[in-house]
Amino acid sequence: MTDQDAGPAILTRGLTRRFGDLVAVDHLDLSVPRGQVYGFLGPNGCGKSTTIRMLCGLLLPSEGDIQVLDLDIPRQAEALKQRIGYMTQSFSLYRDLSVRENLDFVARLFGLSRGRRRERLDQLFHTYRLGTLADQLAGTLSGGQRQRLALAAAVLNDPELLFLDEPTSAVDPQSRRDFWDVLFGLADGGTTLLVSTHYMDEAERCHRLAILQDGALVAEGSPARLKEEMRGVSLLVTTANPRRAQHALDDQEGVRSCAQIGATLRVLVDDEATLATVRQRVRDVDPDATVAVTDVNLEDVFVAATLGRPEHGEARS
Amino acid sequence: MIGFSVHRLWAVVTKELRQLKRDRLTYAMIVGIPIMQLLLFGYAINMDVRHLPAAVVDQAHSSRSRQVIDELHQSRVFDFLYAPATSSGAQTLLRNGDVKVIVVVPADFEHRLTTDQPPLQLIVDGSDQVVQQAARQLSQFPVRAYLRGQSLSPPSSPVAVAAYYNPRRQAPLNTVPGLIGVILTMTMVMFTAIALVREREHGNQEFLITTPLSSAELTLGKVLPFIGIGVIQTSLVLLLGHLIFQVPVRGPLLDLYLAALVFIVASLALGILISTVVRSQFQAMQAAIFTFLPQILLSGFMFPFEGMPRPAQWFAEILPLTHFVRLSRGIMLRGADLTSLWPELLALGVFSAVALGVAILRVNKRLD
Ligand SMILES: Nc1ncnc2c1ncn2[C@@H]1O[C@H](COP(=O)(O)OP(=O)(O)OP(=O)(O)O)[C@@H](O)[C@H]1O
Ligand SMILES: [Mg+2]
Repeated sequence: MTDQDAGPAILTRGLTRRFGDLVAVDHLDLSVPRGQVYGFLGPNGCGKSTTIRMLCGLLLPSEGDIQVLDLDIPRQAEALKQRIGYMTQSFSLYRDLSVRENLDFVARLFGLSRGRRRERLDQLFHTYRLGTLADQLAGTLSGGQRQRLALAAAVLNDPELLFLDEPTSAVDPQSRRDFWDVLFGLADGGTTLLVSTHYMDEAERCHRLAILQDGALVAEGSPARLKEEMRGVSLLVTTANPRRAQHALDDQEGVRSCAQIGATLRVLVDDEATLATVRQRVRDVDPDATVAVTDVNLEDVFVAATLGRPEHGEARS
Repeated sequence: MIGFSVHRLWAVVTKELRQLKRDRLTYAMIVGIPIMQLLLFGYAINMDVRHLPAAVVDQAHSSRSRQVIDELHQSRVFDFLYAPATSSGAQTLLRNGDVKVIVVVPADFEHRLTTDQPPLQLIVDGSDQVVQQAARQLSQFPVRAYLRGQSLSPPSSPVAVAAYYNPRRQAPLNTVPGLIGVILTMTMVMFTAIALVREREHGNQEFLITTPLSSAELTLGKVLPFIGIGVIQTSLVLLLGHLIFQVPVRGPLLDLYLAALVFIVASLALGILISTVVRSQFQAMQAAIFTFLPQILLSGFMFPFEGMPRPAQWFAEILPLTHFVRLSRGIMLRGADLTSLWPELLALGVFSAVALGVAILRVNKRLD
């Protein structure tokens, strides 16, 4: 532990990336504390991968400053490479090499001696349950196995900072849980993790979250705080005919979003005052319907944030 | 930039070799292309002509005229399918396309042999390039010399004529030295370009860039195995050319391998350059073929260099294959060595340096 460890792992100021006319990342100010699991949440194409690529030094920013592990990026990107790990969104190891050959190759790139390589590979086989798959070609692995291999390759050099770009797409719920246990293990060991995801349950587990929309940061904080500070109320409508009820609420002033969940309807409204109007509308369709206020969840936060309401409490300028 | 590491370079080389071992198709092509091309150019695409359908009009009816006709027949350039009595009958055959050539032995054949008048008359289908070429060959047919020799020695020795005409011996002799270059161009340029682009297309690059591996180590590590492959291909063509077609290596073998090595490097440089321009493996293949065609057509491998228009000759000087064809023909057929052929080596060296230089400039841009 050096005195450098005081600052945040990642710090960006006005980080921007344009592709032609498209602004993929728009003046992003991020501060990611060390030793935490930091989540990147946002819809498809909001700039998660682009941001991660710039933070790794793979892509030049169009504008703005980046500091990662107290290094100036992209100027000191080469020095950064020894200290970070990156698990790409799509599988980027060699499908025509076996699990062992892939990891051995990566270990050699990081300059591990023959003895150290063997030792490290055995460790990784054990931690990521790859022992029985060691001689199988990576291309023939299942989605979950492949993802464990990719993670093993990304952490092979014991990185201080690990980037994971949608690591759990194409993985079953149980494997996802196991995967997150491993991530928390890494965080306990002092590694900083930056994870992008679409899954609310995964976002919920992060220490802190950044919600991105069209390349801009629209909300930031711990999941609990984000829920607390969200302006808006969640309603649960129970009705025999949720689809017709949903139609009735279309274009209703004060109703931000409406989603059917089984036989119920989850409605996000601006404030308690809207509750009466909603109840009125729904009963027009189904006189037996009930409407009750329910706890705000992270999905509500996400929907509220990405609907682009400028008055949203957490939106930063 | 982190310094260049031989360990990382070697890691890439061994990884490439492992992948190559599993890639049966590429493996088969590395050995299959040389064998196929050698047989194709050695046997099938014989640029000398044989078995042209022909008619012969013998107006002399002498034993000497019959001898000459028989000799022409044995040269296998012509198949005499018809022997019409008059030349007008023969011309009908030519018009109908039944024959491509008419050989007329005039009535005063014996007399003409003693004078300066051409003893034989040849009427050809001028619309066919191939036939015209055959006519040119025939105009060199040593009728007088042969007949003179014939009168001195017994009739069982028409060997001089047969050897002069046997195209099966001559074509592979001229073809094989250049063919080494053609095969190397094909495999080196295309395989390197594809191999380099594959890494990018499969998304491996994105992970690799976040490791300490530099793009120089990656590129070099990926092309080094191809130098070995090129040497294997050269040996294969030389060996088969020797066994099947008795193609000699009259100059020093070491010099030939050195020339091949320099040419391999030039082709790899071109492959690397292509890989920095294209975006997909398919484009890489197209671009490789795009550079391959002018090389095969203009290098002097297919058509005589001297027969090309000036601007085409100037352009051909840029192409690596032009210089390698000169090197390999010089060493294999004329028995020259590299000390006399150094300008060709220099040209290949300059080409490699320029191609690699441009590629490096483009890679720096691409890393973005
Ligand atoms: N190389 C590129 N050239 C042009 N446009 C690009 C390029 N890379 C990304 N983009 C665009 O930038 C935007 C952000 O892309 P990015 O991949 O960062 O999204 P993302 O948040 O990772 O999405 P997903 O969740 O689908 O992975 C998209 O609109 C995308 O089309
Ligand atoms: Mg992405």
